Amino acid sequence: MFKEIGRFILTFLKQLGQASQMVSSCAFWLARAPLEFRQTMIQTTRVGVDSIAVAALTSLFTGMVLALQAGTTMRNILSEPLYIGTLVGFSLVRELGPVLTAFVITGRAGAAVTAEIGTMKVTEQIDALYTLGTNPARYLVIPRIIAFMIAIPVLTLFANVSGMLGGLMVSAHGLGVSPTVYINDIKTYIGTGDLMHGFIKSAFFAFMIAVVCCCKGLNTRGGAEGVGKATTAAVVISMVLILVADYFLTAILASLGI
Amino acid sequence: MIEIKNLKKSFGGKQILKSVTFSIKEGGVTTVIGGSGTGKSTLIKCIIRLLEPDGGQILFDGKDITHIKDELALAQLRRSFGYLFQEGALFDSLTVGENVAFGLKYLTDTPAADYPKIVKEKLALVGLKDIENMRPAELSGGMKKRVSLARVLAINPKLILYDEPTSGLDPIMSEIINELISGLKRKLGVTSVVITHDMKSAFEISDTMVMLHDGRAELVAPAGEFKNTDNPYARQFIEGSSRGPIRMEITN
Repeated sequence: MFKEIGRFILTFLKQLGQASQMVSSCAFWLARAPLEFRQTMIQTTRVGVDSIAVAALTSLFTGMVLALQAGTTMRNILSEPLYIGTLVGFSLVRELGPVLTAFVITGRAGAAVTAEIGTMKVTEQIDALYTLGTNPARYLVIPRIIAFMIAIPVLTLFANVSGMLGGLMVSAHGLGVSPTVYINDIKTYIGTGDLMHGFIKSAFFAFMIAVVCCCKGLNTRGGAEGVGKATTAAVVISMVLILVADYFLTAILASLGI
Repeated sequence: MIEIKNLKKSFGGKQILKSVTFSIKEGGVTTVIGGSGTGKSTLIKCIIRLLEPDGGQILFDGKDITHIKDELALAQLRRSFGYLFQEGALFDSLTVGENVAFGLKYLTDTPAADYPKIVKEKLALVGLKDIENMRPAELSGGMKKRVSLARVLAINPKLILYDEPTSGLDPIMSEIINELISGLKRKLGVTSVVITHDMKSAFEISDTMVMLHDGRAELVAPAGEFKNTDNPYARQFIEGSSRGPIRMEITN
């Protein structure tokens, strides 16, 4: 048992070390070499533009189910569906928007990043980068971190809007709440601070997903099987970290009054 | 040009290179042979500093490059080296043209407007034309190796390291690659270090041959001398015999 715990701690520390080394290498090259603009644009398109539909669809149904649950609960407690817009809006902007979007992007783009970089590693393309005068931090990791940090907060914004629209549809057609009341509930109770709360979280998640997925890719070993294992590990670690970080970020931001 | 002195490298407690010593002469072709797992690829990865040796010394034009850690200094050092990977290591996401031009951006001051001309010229040098817009996945094994060689040639390196350039190729394509290596020496004076299992190729292109065995340079000799050596390890390898000291060690 102690042996297992010890092994787990050692693996965790080793992976933390690998990630720290990669991030410090990124900081080094960001300060000394021009940004790979073309690569950054390509990655931003892949992560962002190509994920709009899936992020919006996920959030649309989340908003719909939130409205349905909130309406049913309010009817049971207060006999009428009150504050549906506020409940849906709060849940989406502060929690579900950033978390669900981060989950969707981890599965869609994060996995692809690990698989791509992992394949490059096992086919010696990463070594080729070094021999041709650049390195993975500069050519692969920095553009992906920037792409994730641009795309995920923007996608979260889309997801928030889409989710609120979903809630509006269910409120209006399923619960009999007028759209004006629903929108007023959102406008009255949700402010810039709430938006900022969600934005900070999504930017942090974006950085975390990019670092985990790139790092797992760069440390892939053992051919096709290794690429599969690295991709699975990257997705699982990212998702767990998102949930863990979500709690601590919420606590910190709440203590700062955001 | 390069002096390797008592080079050591281990992986996970297993010592691959125990004490390798030999030198690489400028303008010549040095071939490194040896059984699988004897550290041939490890050796050339140490030379180009993709790996850091555990001990010993590598001198490049008299300068100790064994333990350079600074990433900028390493990038600078690699301006002088080209590395031909066993499977080509072409970037899947780029076209053939972009692959060949890749090193120009990072290792040279060539204006981007000149890239297409250089790409065409280097592809022609390896006997390929009009494939700039193809993807690596569309190429055969031999074409991949030749594109990879064109990518190396584009940066005009002083030294090219070849990791099994003819493995997996048919005899005609192997001959073409051998002629390319010899031609580069004759026409451009490029120094080459070639890892190979192909003894015919080795004798055809080498000036000097090195036999690695048990983590050491068992025999270092000019190609003509190597061919007639009495060294039992080299003899067995040249003859491709299953009987001899190498076999004995494996079965033990």
